[in-house]
Amino acid sequence: MTDNKYRADFPIFEKHPCVYLDSAATAQRPRVVIEAEKEFYETMNANPLRGLYDLSVKATEAYERSREETASFIGAESPDEIIFTRNTTESLNLVAYSYAMNFIKPGDEIVTTVMEHHSNMLPWQAAAEKTGAKLLYLEPDEEGNFSDDEIVTKINDRTALVAVGHVSNVMGCVNPVKKIAERAHRYGAVVVVDGAQSTPHMQVDIKQLGADFFAFSGHKLMGPMGVGVLYGRRDLLEKMPPFLTGGEMIESVTLKKTVYAAIPHKFEAGTVNAAGAFALAAAIRYLKAVGFDEIRQTEDRLVELIFEGFAKSSHIHILGSKDPKMHNGIVSFTMDDVHPHDISSILDADGINIRAGHHCAQPLMEYLKVGSTARASVYLYNDEEDIQKFVEKTLKVRRWLGLES
Amino acid sequence: MSLESVYGQVLNEHNLHPFHKGETEGATLMLEGKNPSCGDDIILQLKVSEDGTIEDGSFAGSGCAISQASVDIMLDLIIGETKERALELVGEFMNMIHGKATEEEIEDLDEAGALKDISHMPARVKCAVLGWHTLEEMLK
Repeated sequence: MTDNKYRADFPIFEKHPCVYLDSAATAQRPRVVIEAEKEFYETMNANPLRGLYDLSVKATEAYERSREETASFIGAESPDEIIFTRNTTESLNLVAYSYAMNFIKPGDEIVTTVMEHHSNMLPWQAAAEKTGAKLLYLEPDEEGNFSDDEIVTKINDRTALVAVGHVSNVMGCVNPVKKIAERAHRYGAVVVVDGAQSTPHMQVDIKQLGADFFAFSGHKLMGPMGVGVLYGRRDLLEKMPPFLTGGEMIESVTLKKTVYAAIPHKFEAGTVNAAGAFALAAAIRYLKAVGFDEIRQTEDRLVELIFEGFAKSSHIHILGSKDPKMHNGIVSFTMDDVHPHDISSILDADGINIRAGHHCAQPLMEYLKVGSTARASVYLYNDEEDIQKFVEKTLKVRRWLGLES
Repeated sequence: MSLESVYGQVLNEHNLHPFHKGETEGATLMLEGKNPSCGDDIILQLKVSEDGTIEDGSFAGSGCAISQASVDIMLDLIIGETKERALELVGEFMNMIHGKATEEEIEDLDEAGALKDISHMPARVKCAVLGWHTLEEMLK
């Protein structure tokens, strides 16, 4: 019997029993989220923002209410500053294409970090190439910390934009976004924060962080796949041209001239994922009802159990901080003489699901001098039994490959 | 599928003690094969004589046990064979990994037959075929 009272809220564990330790890739969904998506299609489905009839008005209201809830979830001043996208990647690309490529000049500098997920790195490489700006990378120590010196040296009066991940998807560490943002703002640079790995685990306040743009995905915080969020400061969004053009983002169109809609709709061309946004709001409500303190306690306890278990082997090496409380549910590790894909396959034979590979962070893997790693990530529905099974089997992996355990 | 049927003695032996890891002196062909999603990376070298016989071969690089063992077993099989025979073995191996090989074909593959249950592990098929696919590219 599980000691986790939330587990029963997740139908997957009933229909496909497994030890799910890949929540950093995508979380499982509670019944209320799955039901919300169904409820939208069963009771309020029409193309929102268009029709003048009652059903479309209902769909529009549901969609815009979800925007309000999302705004308040991260502390945005106004729902107008919330743009629904497909995911974090699209949100960050929107900023790169609509903001960076239009407002950054040759000789400006864009600063990001070697720790970033590819989705918060490739858009800046593209923006730097397009604008003639120089791209600089902040380099962390092996526990994932950025020195003050690194921040002060690389962020200066040439800096036009700083893009930083809030929580690393490999090391689980929280980056000093506030400190970086204060430094960046002193020189008038714009701060873009990738919140994909932080929003599921902690209360985010974008004002307190100093984010001018903040991107996250619905699916990592138990919402549906295919809905993501971009927060943007009103004055920035207003001066940016649209990312995509087409339906539902205009004020008026003639054959010669188009007047775009006001924000946020200027950035939401085409039929939107209203059911997704509606279900995302349900996920946010579920998350708030459980509470971040509770989530944190569960994650810290489980990560600590993994640390204790792995301490029994001299062949397992955990990446990042030695303090389990600094991991936000993420434990990436390597095993001597064993490729992470073999670890993953051997665990999979017992229904234990972990991630193996470079986690879309190849430059970080290279920087840390590891080829690829295995990653277990926990969330609020995991219990001690999950961790016990995972640790026990992981400690046997070397023996499966004919090595001393 | 049981784990023993894949991570068995043959695979472990070839992974831990590869016979053909290193360089080939006088190599006439060399090609790098990569699985970008896993980071598996091998460099295959062959010495092929004028009459088309594979006289020697080796591999370098790094990867998972399945990719490493599979390429080592492959080299065991093809060294001493003609290019045509090697390509025939590649075809049989691909059939086996995709679950389409006949009993005779699996028997013909000798030790490589130990990898047949990878056909039940779709996520690992690309690891098993990396060396074989690279060989095919080289010889075609």
